[in-house]
Amino acid sequence: MCAISSAAAATRRTSTDGGRRDPIDRSKDLSQPLDRLGPDETLKRDSDYLRGTIATGLLDRITGAVAADDTRLMKIHGMYQQDDRDLRDERRRQKLEPGLSLHDPSEAARRSVHCRAMAEARCPGAGPWRRDPSPHHPPDLPVPLGPERGCPGDHPGPSRGLAGYDRRLRRRLAQRHVRGRPRKLGASRRGGRRRPRGQRPFPAEDPRLSRNLVRRGKGRRLRGEEQEPFYGATYLPRKFKIGFVVPPSNDIDVYTQDLGFIAIGGPDGLEGYNVAIGGGMGRTENEPTTYPRLADVIGYIGKDRLVATTGAAMSVQRDYGNRLQRNRARFKYTIDDKGLDWIKAQIESRLGAPLAPARPFHFDSNGDVFGWRETEGGRLNCTLYVESGRLANRPGRAWLDGMRALAAIHRGSIRVTPNQNLILAGIAPEDRPAIEALLAVHGLAGGSESAIRRNSIACVALPTCGLAMAEAERYLPDLLTRIEALLSLNGLLGEPITFRISGCPNGCSRPYVAEIALTGRAPGKYNLYLGGGFHGERLNRMVRENVGEAEILEVLEDLLGRYAAERLAQERLGDFVERVSYLASETQIPGRISPVI
Amino acid sequence: VLHGGETGNCAGLARSFAAAALAQGLTAQVVEMALYKPRRLKEEQDLLVIVSTHGEGDPPQPALDFFEYVEGPKAPKLPELRYSILALGDSSYEHYCEAGKRLDRRFETLGASRLAPRVDCDVDYDETAAQWSAEALALLAAQAGAGCEVPAPADPAFPAATAHDKRNPFTARIIENIPIVGRDSTKETRHIELDIADSGLVYEPGDALGVAARNDPALVAALIDAAGLAGRRAAGGEGRRHDPGGGAGKSFRDRADAAALPRPLGGPDRRRSAPAPGRRGRAERAPGLASRPPHHRHRPPLPAQGPRCRDVRGRPEAAPAAPLFDLLQPSAMPDEAHITLAPVRYSLHGEARHGVASAHLADRGAVGGTLPVYIQTNEQFRLPEDDRAMIMIGAGTGIAPYRAFLQEREARGASGRSWLFFGERNFRSDFLYQTEWQAWLRDGVLGRMDVAFSRDAGGRTYVQHRMLERAPEIFAWLEEGAHLYLCGDAARMAPDVHETLIAIVSEEGGLGRERAEDYVRDLQRGRRYQKDVY
Repeated sequence: MCAISSAAAATRRTSTDGGRRDPIDRSKDLSQPLDRLGPDETLKRDSDYLRGTIATGLLDRITGAVAADDTRLMKIHGMYQQDDRDLRDERRRQKLEPGLSLHDPSEAARRSVHCRAMAEARCPGAGPWRRDPSPHHPPDLPVPLGPERGCPGDHPGPSRGLAGYDRRLRRRLAQRHVRGRPRKLGASRRGGRRRPRGQRPFPAEDPRLSRNLVRRGKGRRLRGEEQEPFYGATYLPRKFKIGFVVPPSNDIDVYTQDLGFIAIGGPDGLEGYNVAIGGGMGRTENEPTTYPRLADVIGYIGKDRLVATTGAAMSVQRDYGNRLQRNRARFKYTIDDKGLDWIKAQIESRLGAPLAPARPFHFDSNGDVFGWRETEGGRLNCTLYVESGRLANRPGRAWLDGMRALAAIHRGSIRVTPNQNLILAGIAPEDRPAIEALLAVHGLAGGSESAIRRNSIACVALPTCGLAMAEAERYLPDLLTRIEALLSLNGLLGEPITFRISGCPNGCSRPYVAEIALTGRAPGKYNLYLGGGFHGERLNRMVRENVGEAEILEVLEDLLGRYAAERLAQERLGDFVERVSYLASETQIPGRISPVI
Repeated sequence: VLHGGETGNCAGLARSFAAAALAQGLTAQVVEMALYKPRRLKEEQDLLVIVSTHGEGDPPQPALDFFEYVEGPKAPKLPELRYSILALGDSSYEHYCEAGKRLDRRFETLGASRLAPRVDCDVDYDETAAQWSAEALALLAAQAGAGCEVPAPADPAFPAATAHDKRNPFTARIIENIPIVGRDSTKETRHIELDIADSGLVYEPGDALGVAARNDPALVAALIDAAGLAGRRAAGGEGRRHDPGGGAGKSFRDRADAAALPRPLGGPDRRRSAPAPGRRGRAERAPGLASRPPHHRHRPPLPAQGPRCRDVRGRPEAAPAAPLFDLLQPSAMPDEAHITLAPVRYSLHGEARHGVASAHLADRGAVGGTLPVYIQTNEQFRLPEDDRAMIMIGAGTGIAPYRAFLQEREARGASGRSWLFFGERNFRSDFLYQTEWQAWLRDGVLGRMDVAFSRDAGGRTYVQHRMLERAPEIFAWLEEGAHLYLCGDAARMAPDVHETLIAIVSEEGGLGRERAEDYVRDLQRGRRYQKDVY
């Protein structure tokens, strides 16, 4: 299905038909003096290579918060602070500042999820933890506070992390900042979103890439003076996400990455990658110049050119990205502003050679495959479904307790998937019965959920995300129960349908590629989107704006009825919506519909 | 021009309005709602409000305090106020411009008059806002031209000081009673606000508020039963003349130190377990809480310890040197008294016991109820001259009087430096009045603050440890004449801090132990080192 990429591009590429736009507009990029650019640029330049006053702020004893400027710098490191908004008012009346928690992905990465789970297993009482699907937030891997001091559960709450005010952790973080070890850069060091080895024919990502990008970002002392050889003192205009995927699974949604690599294999394993550029989900309400965009596949590279290609693409964004308007700073807008062909030519010229034509490939899903699988070496992996990405104890489903029990006996690793689920990896066959027994006892084995539930993602939203305007994670289970009733009426319960919900338009749950999606506008009010591609190849469109649950269910009831009656064999819901011009029929309601892009 | 918003649109409009006003020869002060002290509202004459609406008709986050004050029961009447509101919103939402409408309604209720009608603006607000701005300016300019007189600030005759004292407490209305520690706290500390408007109570920072607490009705009933006084309880009403308490029931309720029971009710020695009303009756001491048991420094659950109002909370107490509840600075909040209270609860002989005053307030002090109070002056805990530096040390509820101190200093514009040490258990839940200290630090009213949280990770740190870390500076402050205050737990915190102080003086001053003790004693004699411990 290599055709998808061009099809996707056609849906929303802004006109490049005028050919090259010469001369290229350079009024908003790095060529300008900083005072003509956005305030973040000056902030970065004056921040002593992104250190700012984060280290001292972390150690402030009067507040758990860091200074406003530092929160912007922290975002670049991938650190952020948030609080439980449900408690904000209560604490304000109590004359207490918001109960801030600090999240630091490097701290999280330092201790693996498995380590956390082990620590929790030893420390009962810890609260639930989860992983964000988020392109917006850095990975919210929970951080163990270490068994030496006891439980992470000292500050129970929905959002875990460097909970509360643990000065030892803060001191450690602060020291790292003083030493100059920013971990995340304008570029995500997450480099590869990994799938467990063995579930794929070959490793997709190249460890050299992460090493290269991360080392580049740290600021090096050259000839006595600290320099940042690749990024410069102002780094990139905004976040830059790089993802790897091994067809036929598109579980990382490669089309939503700034730079995506689609692994192409041959008889001898990995040969190279198709390169996709310009994906991104975020948009801003009432700002038509912002929109989600899918990445375009621009060609193929051999695997030895991976690092060079990445550097070339990132340097184009570094040099031409919009540094004046923050909400237009992502690579996707640079591409649309300058023209895809022009950007591609720039990358090729920096590479010193043209890209080869993209190789054929085929995706069949952007979801996870659940259950047991054998890997090379005879080990087993088991993928568990985690509703809303939250491990918590609920009636009949003691998932958190279950994971603790599993962590206590599991000898392999535990991994988090891009769809908010968990993989127990590297299980020895002889351990399988014991693990299966624990899964069954704690209701973790799954299998009884509807297909739509298994293909659903929610962002965290309320109460901890500062941007959320409506519920997502906490609302998804109930809403899906209601949608399942409609599916059941139409005999569609077994039909895989991607459903994603976000608390705001930023799109952390990657809603704009889902077949059904909701993005929050206000408490209880959402925009409803329909028609995304089942494996992430096509954006959906908004069919209702700012509506409540009743209206959402009304639209879905009608849609699912028609889908059941009129669908072609094997036709996905999103494809059906597109084919029957379901959207067009909706435009009769004036003022409520606006095609998204 | 008062503005409240989340995105900066309101602030921008406010600034451009001010610029336009200046062009017409009018001066406008632009203040963000979050930074505005809403008590000043009653002093304002012409108020222009620019406010946006969020969520379901909610005010912008930074303006929540302002709205809560204005819409709450504490809002003053505003007969002098002329106002106009520019409301920003998005008409695609159900509660369009609701925050502006709410303020408009509320100001009207409070007696303010409209300078110009409210204007609601949609997403494209520029033009509408400009019209509103022009209209308001024209009206203001016209008034200014007409020589609109400045209304003299109303100077209500100070209410004749009706002498409320221990024997004749003032009945104050409880207007707030909330836990002031966050969830998961190991403490139960509460913040209570009393309405003492028109009480004629006169006080200074450092003074205490005496509370005539009552015994738990359940405990009184049990006592009476145990003492076989049930029959007399019925007769009590008749005998009022002779028994000022008004019968056994009332005596027990108002006067007996019932919490001081040495033995459990229903214990083996029933008869002796019920003390006669006079035995620990408060009438012999201060009414209310003044039972003054022998001073126990140790923790064994001696019967007298619980009821001791002093070790109760924070600060109910009528002992001469101990302020009860701290009082607020008159010019800041003349009509309110605030109490910071940690109820005393302990178990004695297997029975749950409660401190008389603290439990009375915590458990039975519902908002809207009343509380008999009086002023207990405390000359031993007084602010220094305005230009003097001061070091304040408080743990737990011992922080309370320093709120009064800083409120007073803020109101007086005192120039003296100030430094606060505070200790409690957990940063996240027990940082009492955290946001107030933060604001004072920001404004410079409070110069420095050091905190110690003993139950957070990283070991048990108490205020004295923080003092040691700052030893050279503390000594330097003292040498320069700083006053030093100590308030809080008498059993452990106060002696520890005292010892630490001597150690600091000895070390930093290069004095021997004895001379350091003399130094500290001189501080006390010179009233530069004042304690209020309980």
